[in-house]
Amino acid sequence: MGMRTEERLVRWLTYALLLLGLAAVAVPFWYMLVTSLKPQSFIFEVPPRLWPTQATLGNYAAALSKDSFGLYFLNSLLVAVASVSLTVLISALLAYAFARLHFSGKEPLFNLLLLGMMIPPVMLIIPQFIIAKQLKLFNSLLGLILVYVTMNLSIQTFLLRGFFEGIPKDLEEAALIDGAGQWTIFSRVVLPLSRPGLAVVTIFTFLYSWDEFPWAHVAIKETTKRTLPIAIALFQSQHLTEWGQVFAASIVALIPVVVVFVIFQRNFIRGVTTTGLKG
Amino acid sequence: MSSRESKPAPRFAEGRAAVPTVSDTIAEFAPRRPRVRLSRPLTRAAAAAPFIIPGLALYLTFILAPMVYSFAISFFEWNIVRPPLSEWVGLANYRQALGNPIFRRAVLNTLAYAAVTVPGQMAIGLFVAVLLNQQIRARAFFRVVYYLPVITSWVIVSLLFEYMFVGQSGLVNYLLRDVLHLIRENVRWLADPVLAFVPIHLLGIWKGAGWTAIIFLAGLQAIPEQLHEAASVDGAGRLSRFRHITLPLLRPTLVFLIVVLTIGGLNAYISFLLITDGGNPLDLTHSVLTLMYEATFTRLEFGYGSSISYLLTAFVFVISVFQLRLLRRRVEL
Repeated sequence: MGMRTEERLVRWLTYALLLLGLAAVAVPFWYMLVTSLKPQSFIFEVPPRLWPTQATLGNYAAALSKDSFGLYFLNSLLVAVASVSLTVLISALLAYAFARLHFSGKEPLFNLLLLGMMIPPVMLIIPQFIIAKQLKLFNSLLGLILVYVTMNLSIQTFLLRGFFEGIPKDLEEAALIDGAGQWTIFSRVVLPLSRPGLAVVTIFTFLYSWDEFPWAHVAIKETTKRTLPIAIALFQSQHLTEWGQVFAASIVALIPVVVVFVIFQRNFIRGVTTTGLKG
Repeated sequence: MSSRESKPAPRFAEGRAAVPTVSDTIAEFAPRRPRVRLSRPLTRAAAAAPFIIPGLALYLTFILAPMVYSFAISFFEWNIVRPPLSEWVGLANYRQALGNPIFRRAVLNTLAYAAVTVPGQMAIGLFVAVLLNQQIRARAFFRVVYYLPVITSWVIVSLLFEYMFVGQSGLVNYLLRDVLHLIRENVRWLADPVLAFVPIHLLGIWKGAGWTAIIFLAGLQAIPEQLHEAASVDGAGRLSRFRHITLPLLRPTLVFLIVVLTIGGLNAYISFLLITDGGNPLDLTHSVLTLMYEATFTRLEFGYGSSISYLLTAFVFVISVFQLRLLRRRVEL
């Protein structure tokens, strides 16, 4: 009897604490949403309200039209889609070579690639800037894409190699006997069987390139080439008081992230726990 | 003639130690096409090249070359317009950094940030993981919501925290003054070189705890249920089971998290930059990285900036090795 009371108490306490945590996470997001719906005259209202007295979509309209956040959204989308596609393709190619092909220097080359997981990005950003300038990749979305792909290459190749090695060899052998070459095996056998792995690569690379700030901040100076993170940060530093528009743009930037996350939630959590990636 | 040449290993055999399977044997009987028999290094390299080259080219250009390049730059008064005119200055950039009070203050700020946010994230993360590791309804829902701060861009959450801590009409001051009655006057969080770290540290914990919780949850789920049941039968309560079973078995997870979170903490950049507006007031609130970016990309002192980035990298490396040594040794005790 005492055991049951204790268990019930623990259960209630668990839910109470989980709801408290939920509030701690949700209130700032809610406040952001509410602020994005407030007209400018209510942005600094005292006391601050968690419910908009006069809800308006004016901030969204202003941000998307006048302040070009629509364009920045498209820039971000282009960069993210290109970075994801290239990362999936290039790291899958590498991973296949390291998992299945035999060539001299394979081990040292793989170790060299793994070194990339240990180098802090800080150490690279200054020379990356200089190299990007020399390659005419400064102020160019291609410069963002190539660097994003490269920064993700080591970890994603490592992850995919693990997936590829887990595929039973019998299938590939059967294909080989049927006369298939490496390319056919790669594209028809290995890739289709690694969908969960490719999903993990897709999600992490998408979040990385969608949210990335430091590199975009130094590599893009032209206004029309901005991606959302730098556009939002710069908008705030130029219009110190227009928080409604800042958060309207932020909400718009947040929607794809939440959608991708909720859809791929299971793959995502598995990716986090097997690789220690953060997203 | 070596046996290898006379009887080439099947191309698909993985490594030398692979145990032949039935399918290997079957494959031996399959009609060989000439391509399969060609196993000379050059042919193999040619076959692997298309798979390797795109990735390798990018890796060399944007990771390996920069790594070496940046080390060289740190010994120069680097001329960004005409690199050949750069002047060799030896260790002067490093000396300039270490002797600069703003740099030393930034180091202190960065260390304080790691010292607060790492234990903060670990404690809350572990707590949440323990809560989520029970038979509860809507676990997936809680997991998703707790993870939202992790996937939200640093830019957005930094600005959000800045807005909540605004002096006159900020939500935090309102809660502290009018709801909880803990303060009489509004606190000007962002104008004070010490109080400005309150939003920065809170944000670090708020944003990272969800990730820490997921990693802890994976660690908790790897602990066999039987251990807890056996201890329960022996009369161990919840707390004693937590201390004597859960914590010791979580040790590898703890070590992993301490190292990874410390590295992340020492690399704090976006929240410092946006919340303090680049070191305000009086350059007292820099992190090492905001200082590095300012030196490099605002004042164009590329050599000086590179030396700061190398100092930070070296320090992070030393701290990581030190932590791993210390924590591993404790495991053996």
